[in-house]
Amino acid sequence: MSGIAVVEPKPEILSKRDKLLNGLKKLLPARAVVTDESGRRAFETDALTAYKCMPLAVVLPASTEEVSAVMRFCHFMKIRVVPRGAGTSLAGGALPSEDSVVLCLSRMNRVLETNFDSRYVRVEVGITNLGVSNAVSPMKFFYAPDPSSQLACTIGGNVAMNSGGAHCLKYGVTVNNVLGLKMVMMNGEVVEFGGPHVDPAGYDFLSLIVGSEGQFGIVTEATLRILRQAESARPVMIGFDSSEAAGACVAAIIGRGIVPVAIEFMDRPAIKVCEEFAHAGYPLDVEALLIIEVEGSPEEVAILLTQIEEIAADFGPKTVKVSQSEAESAAIWKGRKAAFGAIGRISDYYCMDGVIPLASLPKALASIADICAKHRLEVANIFHAGDGNLHPLILYNANDEEEKYRAESCGEEVLKLCVELGGCLTGEHGVGIEKRELMSVQFNSVDLTQQMRIKSVFDPDWLLNPGKVFPLKAQEAYLARAD
Amino acid sequence: MQISETYYPRSEGELAGLIADAVQKSVPLEISGARTKAAIGRPLQVGARVSTREMRGITLYEPSELVISARSGTALSEIEKLLAENNQELAFEPCALENAVEVQGGGEATIGGMIAANASGPRRILRGSGRDQLIGVRAVNGRGEAIKSGGRVMKNVTGYDIARALAGSWGTLAVMSEITLKVLPKAEETRTLICLNLTDEAAVSAMCRAMGSAYEVSGAVHLQRPFVERLTVPDVAALDQAVTALRIENFSTSVDYRIARLHQELKTFGTIYEMDNTRSHVFWQDVRKLQFLSGSNWPLWRITTVPDQGARLVSALSAQMGCRAVYDWAGGLIWLEVPPATDASATVLRRIAAEYQADALLVRASAAARASVGVFQPLPEVNMNLIRRLKEAFDPHRILNPGRMYAGI
Repeated sequence: MSGIAVVEPKPEILSKRDKLLNGLKKLLPARAVVTDESGRRAFETDALTAYKCMPLAVVLPASTEEVSAVMRFCHFMKIRVVPRGAGTSLAGGALPSEDSVVLCLSRMNRVLETNFDSRYVRVEVGITNLGVSNAVSPMKFFYAPDPSSQLACTIGGNVAMNSGGAHCLKYGVTVNNVLGLKMVMMNGEVVEFGGPHVDPAGYDFLSLIVGSEGQFGIVTEATLRILRQAESARPVMIGFDSSEAAGACVAAIIGRGIVPVAIEFMDRPAIKVCEEFAHAGYPLDVEALLIIEVEGSPEEVAILLTQIEEIAADFGPKTVKVSQSEAESAAIWKGRKAAFGAIGRISDYYCMDGVIPLASLPKALASIADICAKHRLEVANIFHAGDGNLHPLILYNANDEEEKYRAESCGEEVLKLCVELGGCLTGEHGVGIEKRELMSVQFNSVDLTQQMRIKSVFDPDWLLNPGKVFPLKAQEAYLARAD
Repeated sequence: MQISETYYPRSEGELAGLIADAVQKSVPLEISGARTKAAIGRPLQVGARVSTREMRGITLYEPSELVISARSGTALSEIEKLLAENNQELAFEPCALENAVEVQGGGEATIGGMIAANASGPRRILRGSGRDQLIGVRAVNGRGEAIKSGGRVMKNVTGYDIARALAGSWGTLAVMSEITLKVLPKAEETRTLICLNLTDEAAVSAMCRAMGSAYEVSGAVHLQRPFVERLTVPDVAALDQAVTALRIENFSTSVDYRIARLHQELKTFGTIYEMDNTRSHVFWQDVRKLQFLSGSNWPLWRITTVPDQGARLVSALSAQMGCRAVYDWAGGLIWLEVPPATDASATVLRRIAAEYQADALLVRASAAARASVGVFQPLPEVNMNLIRRLKEAFDPHRILNPGRMYAGI
């Protein structure tokens, strides 16, 4: 489609396709190399479905050794490689280029080791996010980051994008919960960073690799911190007449020294759609809804919820409803976690991920409404209020090219607004292709060059996940300069 | 090389100018805050010093957004004072690493130095490290270019995470000029359970049990007997027995409940003493300030390992040398004092540590020992290669603290 330029394929690779595919087939079992059109079709896009591109081939290795063999070969032949987990990226982080091999890790999904005394689990990264928690839940442990797509998304994708989730207000995002990684470098070398212990020696490569959007290497194994589940957890829903009141209430709760495990916000359009989908009992007559969850023993939870209700009372809540049962709590979260899907049932949407300082919330929401009105588009707002991570969903019709273009322009303005307010372009989805060109809004050329130098540390030929993260022109200029 | 001068830039611009100038003249620089940790790391061969201590002041503090920014030379105590006035704190409980060595600068530890050393205290096991709470950095790289990464919001995946990569880099990649951290509310009440006279093995198992409970234990430390008398809580110091301490922090009714439950869970570990709020504060302040490491000049190692292997590692080391240990982070962090030896027992220690997937840092030793055996854990060649190349990506002329972490880097 419209706005975002695709990566130009290298003609010398396309012309050698048959030879390259034969090479790959020698390295992996036949079923692990997908070359036919219908097979490749499944990998031509991710959750940013507006962009599609058929890759050269898809490989599905089953071990670090197989990944290493593929990488060595691709490095030697100078073939671009696009890593992929479940393909749930909303930023086009797994979008192939025409001359690339998609390296999909979904077959590597085993739990390799669990240690409850030292509280970690070592997994192959093709395992789903929820799969990790499920593997340790019999011992009442869990893995904390919980992106809404946790049923499908893989740990590999979480590592690539430094994924968050509703509960990271208390527990942090992926980078705070990864202890070690095993990674295959572009040249096929296998390297380990960290391990089951904290504060590993040397530079903090874990910080760099987590969130590097698959541009540094293929992570094949991860050692993750697991935590003991709280004794219980319960959400309260508080409805307000205005988003200002809701925002002020959030600030007051935190200001009073209470950091709930999650504080989620929905505006009226989002509430309506989610309620129709989940029947969670969301109030339909409010402008803003907070879902606030606290954890602890049942008595501790009751005390905290009472305190939160008392604080909220100062901001004229229209409804206050504390979940009374496990079933009610599950329904409340089901509505929230299925929000994107629920809205997807009624319209195509473009999901933003900007972050703002909480104090500018009312201004941000008012400006977002203005921007969307200007572009003649509807918007539903859902976000992680505790940390100011906004998810405006801009509704549009994907079959209308002109409207698609408007949606993208509208999104761009929303993200620029987030940066202007002191926030950032993306809180948990990543830059991908989607926000690549906007990077120069947040960073100057010196900042971007420093980041690109780090990319070159790992992948000097720039073969890994091409066309993501940096504005295309900046990439070209950097590579031409080559210092 | 003679140290010609010490520079105290007052702004990021001045700092950038100094570094650009040093690049031009090929003068390697010692980078520091107040030099309180100058005795940690390999000895430097530099031509001049740059201190950030005149770049100070808190630039942003939003209690309801849990965020604070300060110029890197700001005294840590100034930041902690302001936070305390608002009932908040740095949740990683900065560890006063400087107290483990002979303090050289005479000044107060700065926030920049704290992040450059990524020195976290006991609460790290529950709330994460300084690096975890670091959300934004402004810095000057070894080319004299001002760069920024992250920002002032909690969640930010915009571009690579350079900010966190600078934590623990000991001023060898870039000189931080401004630092932004996530902060948390202070707990209303703190209480501590103490198990007495446990073997290291039993202590680690008690601490792991506590950490695996649902009660959010925020400190788990075990002091062998020789360290106990160095504490400042009189009745604990007077015990003259090994001490295993577990901390609970929360609102008071919750602390009542959790302490009672934890007590129950640990009853198989013998007699348990309880410390009230006031004494708990003194005790954990001691731990964070490394009070138990003062008054000794034995070489000191800081070892991180898998918690449930901590005691076995120390026992393997004890078989080779008359060492003594304090365990923090439920066994995952070991402070090990070893008898004086020219190589600070590095050869034996590193061989055994490798068998236990442990990383060992030589914190306290003579300059000669630090120069000859190295300070930071040597890593496999593939990792060292990346370290070399990352250094080059930030500081290609090796101007910033050259050789402090590894020879040639």
